[in-house]
Amino acid sequence: MPLDVLIVDDSAAIRKILQRVLRQADVDVGQVYEAGDGLEALETLKKHKVHLVLADVNMPNMNGLQLLAQIKANAEWASLPVIMVTTEGSQSKVMEAAQLGAAGYIRKPFSAEQIKDKLANLF
Amino acid sequence: MDTDRIVQAVAAATGEVFSTMLATEAVLGEPYTERMPNVSDGVVAFIGLAGKWTGTGMISCPPSLACRLASQLLMTEYPPGGEAVSEDVLDAVAEIANMIVGNVKNLLEEELGPMGMSIPTVIFGRNFTTRSVGQGDWVVVPFDCEGEKLEVRVCLAPAREPAPVRHGFQAPDYVELR
Repeated sequence: MPLDVLIVDDSAAIRKILQRVLRQADVDVGQVYEAGDGLEALETLKKHKVHLVLADVNMPNMNGLQLLAQIKANAEWASLPVIMVTTEGSQSKVMEAAQLGAAGYIRKPFSAEQIKDKLANLF
Repeated sequence: MDTDRIVQAVAAATGEVFSTMLATEAVLGEPYTERMPNVSDGVVAFIGLAGKWTGTGMISCPPSLACRLASQLLMTEYPPGGEAVSEDVLDAVAEIANMIVGNVKNLLEEELGPMGMSIPTVIFGRNFTTRSVGQGDWVVVPFDCEGEKLEVRVCLAPAREPAPVRHGFQAPDYVELR
């Protein structure tokens, strides 16, 4: 079954790069949705069922950690894997993401291989 | 804050971003300091940093280099030349700044404590004036990118403590009390 993915990042550049990397990975990627912040992501999740979320941490309106907390607090989405893809590398943020239930934490700059490896481990 | 430590962090962060995401090399030039950022043309992206130390990280480059870096990052051709720099190019430069300044922050946090980062702001223009009301000097780290210059600037100073509340302070005469 193809993997539907939601990419959440306020940078259109990063959304474009992640789309490209996903298409090159050894997994069957289906629909890829995009959101510019956590609030937009929640609206997208209400309309579309996805199998994976890739989310930045530093975003306007609702940041990635707040989004992660909202996803894990919702019974319908709680099992959805969320991978944080972010410049934010402080230990406290990594720990917070892990405690909130993130399925992975990839620091920018990232290589395509890091994303592919993470996907291979999850699916 | 030791200037050499900032230069070291900028060199490491910029090198990593260029080799991992841009598949090109940025050759470190001769770093220097300046009181005010001497930037008046081109594409400039800056990001605020706040914690026990506060300041700004900034990258600047000519539009032709911005187009080349965007082409490398997004694997799409953005030809240089002409008056305009497209939104895609500005967004790419903002993201490059985000990754460089973010990683400088990550490296300096070991000594300076946790810092928050603002969302990047990017400007493209000519003959603009840059002013800074910060207290510290700017550390400027230039890089040569295949004949064009990218500059990374960082200005950091200890955060000012908020003024203590002085109970019983006499209101000045010119304040009308009702």
